[in-house]
Amino acid sequence: MARLLYLAAAVAFIIGLRRLGSPRTARGGNRIAGAGMLLAIIVTLVDQDVVGWGTIVAGLVVGGVAGGLLALRVQMTAMPQLVAAFNGFGGLASVLVALAEIDRVAAAFDVETGVVAVLTLAVGAITFSGSFVAYAKLQGLMTGRPIVLAGGKTANAVMALGIAALGVWAVAAEVAPAFWIATAVALILGVFAVIPIGGADMPVVISLLNSLSGVAAALAGFIISNEALIVGGALVGAAGLILTIQMGEAMNRTLANVLFSGFGGATGPVAMSDKPVKRATPDDVAISLAYAETVVVVPGYGLAVAQAQHAVRDLATQLEERGVRVAYAIHPVAGRMPGHMNVLLAEADVPYEQLLDLEQSNPRFGLTDVVLVIGANDVVNPSARDDATSPIYGMPILEVDRARTVVVVKRSLSPGFAGIDNPLFYKDTTMMLFDDGKAAVESIIGALATV
Amino acid sequence: MSDLFIAGIVVFVLASFVGLEVISKVPPTLHTPLMSGANAISGITIVGALVAAGTGSGTAATILGFLAVAAATINVVGGFLVTDRMLHMFQPKAPRRGKGG
Repeated sequence: MARLLYLAAAVAFIIGLRRLGSPRTARGGNRIAGAGMLLAIIVTLVDQDVVGWGTIVAGLVVGGVAGGLLALRVQMTAMPQLVAAFNGFGGLASVLVALAEIDRVAAAFDVETGVVAVLTLAVGAITFSGSFVAYAKLQGLMTGRPIVLAGGKTANAVMALGIAALGVWAVAAEVAPAFWIATAVALILGVFAVIPIGGADMPVVISLLNSLSGVAAALAGFIISNEALIVGGALVGAAGLILTIQMGEAMNRTLANVLFSGFGGATGPVAMSDKPVKRATPDDVAISLAYAETVVVVPGYGLAVAQAQHAVRDLATQLEERGVRVAYAIHPVAGRMPGHMNVLLAEADVPYEQLLDLEQSNPRFGLTDVVLVIGANDVVNPSARDDATSPIYGMPILEVDRARTVVVVKRSLSPGFAGIDNPLFYKDTTMMLFDDGKAAVESIIGALATV
Repeated sequence: MSDLFIAGIVVFVLASFVGLEVISKVPPTLHTPLMSGANAISGITIVGALVAAGTGSGTAATILGFLAVAAATINVVGGFLVTDRMLHMFQPKAPRRGKGG
């Protein structure tokens, strides 16, 4: 009976995930998945001959309060690091479940379960420590730049082999401490694996860690022979894998390139063009916006950093009152995790119908009067399309240079994370407004009142 | 290999394909809530944690069980709540008129 109820929980996860695919059904979908989780928890508590109620209640209370507070208090800008942290806790839980089972059977597994236990420990521990390094980078507790250690790749390969060797020893000789040591090595490997990855590559890393947290849960399901864990974990593993691939495609980089190249921070001196740019004042920008028929806003991560999403929404509202049609073009890697920018704009009450993705936006730019680029750089760099020698050549971009006028709001002419110059800034049709994103938008709103 | 183990592999492979099918159609707008919702589902490890905490005996089992339940609960409760918070913002609202309108 319990197994059938676990199946019901797994079906709830599938229906829930499916409903997460459309804005109208998504909230209900999340609740269906949550109900499935509650069912799985209740079934477990009723079905097992629970003796340790005190331990369970203590764990549920501590985890519930901590998770609830984190979820209700987090700023939307900090969503990537929160998801990273939750991924980490998921990985940790799988590790602890495996260790508890090793303790219970005194490491005497049959061969296949032993192998799965080693894999659970390795994947779970890498997810745990890797997620918290990602958390530290996103939260600004450590530099977001890649930290490339000499011999880092060799060290990682040695550690991976070490985990495999310890695993063979642990399973063959049924030695519990060998499982523990393998876990410790995997924890270190997780740190070393994420440290060389730059902050701008975080959308890929978070997606991958998300996938791994699912894989760890599925593997733990094999150890305790529970299909709910296997189904739930496999679904999450697949979801994370799809997003990982999509994010990689959006940056025109392979997963291996993201993980092993230490990319994501300017390394050498950047050859900046000394061509003149057209500087604009907030009044110039306000006039061109006020007399436009169509305006497309291109928000980048700089907008989130400047907390300018509400100011941008106010500007859009004022333009709409003047009869200007406003939309937002969002590059897949505009934020620090997939879809992050959409969440920030939704928080500022931008209707999701106005949020355009890459495929929807590019055909429109040729018909757009003014494109307002705020805090974005590499994702609007025409070199990715035109210059085969450019390091970002081939990366899908928002082709804003096709619009009649482009306004770029930027602090300075400094290059983006790829460390390359942007020909867009020197075009005749481009106006540069040098200021902090929020301050710039607010002064445009002020200037608009007098137009 | 035991039949149970092989059945587990069958379930894993089929569920992975279901996941790939279901998720490949999600629009980019919903990627963040999808990820945090999926993340909450990966907290299903809580089932294993409850078994470990409730049936284990000895100090090591108790400590491991408690930590496992706590970590998994953070993942489950936090994940579903924060996803719900985000999706609340995506729900269609009555047309809002701006200030001074």
